[in-house]
Amino acid sequence: MSRKILFTLRHAPYGSAIAREALDALLATAVFGQDISVLFMDDGVFQLLPKQSPEALPQKTLSSSLSALPLYDVEKLYVHAPSLEARGLTKDELALDGLVSLTSEEVATLFGEQDHLLSF
Amino acid sequence: MKFALAIYAAPFSAQASQTALHFTQELLAQGHEVVRVFFYQDGVHTGNQLATPAQDEQNITEAWRALTRAHDLDVVVCIATALKRGILNEEEAQRYQQPASNLAPEFALSGLGQWVEAVVRADRVVTFGA
Repeated sequence: MSRKILFTLRHAPYGSAIAREALDALLATAVFGQDISVLFMDDGVFQLLPKQSPEALPQKTLSSSLSALPLYDVEKLYVHAPSLEARGLTKDELALDGLVSLTSEEVATLFGEQDHLLSF
Repeated sequence: MKFALAIYAAPFSAQASQTALHFTQELLAQGHEVVRVFFYQDGVHTGNQLATPAQDEQNITEAWRALTRAHDLDVVVCIATALKRGILNEEEAQRYQQPASNLAPEFALSGLGQWVEAVVRADRVVTFGA
């Protein structure tokens, strides 16, 4: 049985383990053939910045996992436009292709369309 | 109604950890079904049976163990996030040649697939500590 599941990613990529472990959960869910959407919101939009080089921390970069999402058939990718704007970012400078920009009202609609919401 | 619960919050640090326990107790009291409890991220520390809080503080691990026994709950501790945080059962301790194990016997060490499977079966998914 396939469920509509939205992953909402709200944390910056390297300040804690949550972004990394969210991606692990996301890819595991994709392997099980669920109907997945991903929303980057709040500080989660920082996960989308290009040229991340956390090697000095040292941490593994998240970018390779993010760019693998289409290979796992995860293609419904959304970014919350007000979160970008509040951080002085634009969609054009983000590293992930195929992102759809949503207003807060559209995010509410997206939430309403899901069977389950998983928040990280 | 069928509930799947994910707990990311560390015991003894985050209020979300206690809230998750009380929420689960109340679900069961109201006759709901708990499909599975999945400890992830820092929530895996809940499985550490060596946790020794002061006598006048709530022992969250003991409370989960008692609840699990009383209701025959399916409680899974995520193996990947647990091992790196030093939460091991006897089998994993031997596999990685570690000097001790500490996972409470009521809890299973397993993978994220267990979580996905619970999500698919559940009517409601509730996350604590995101």
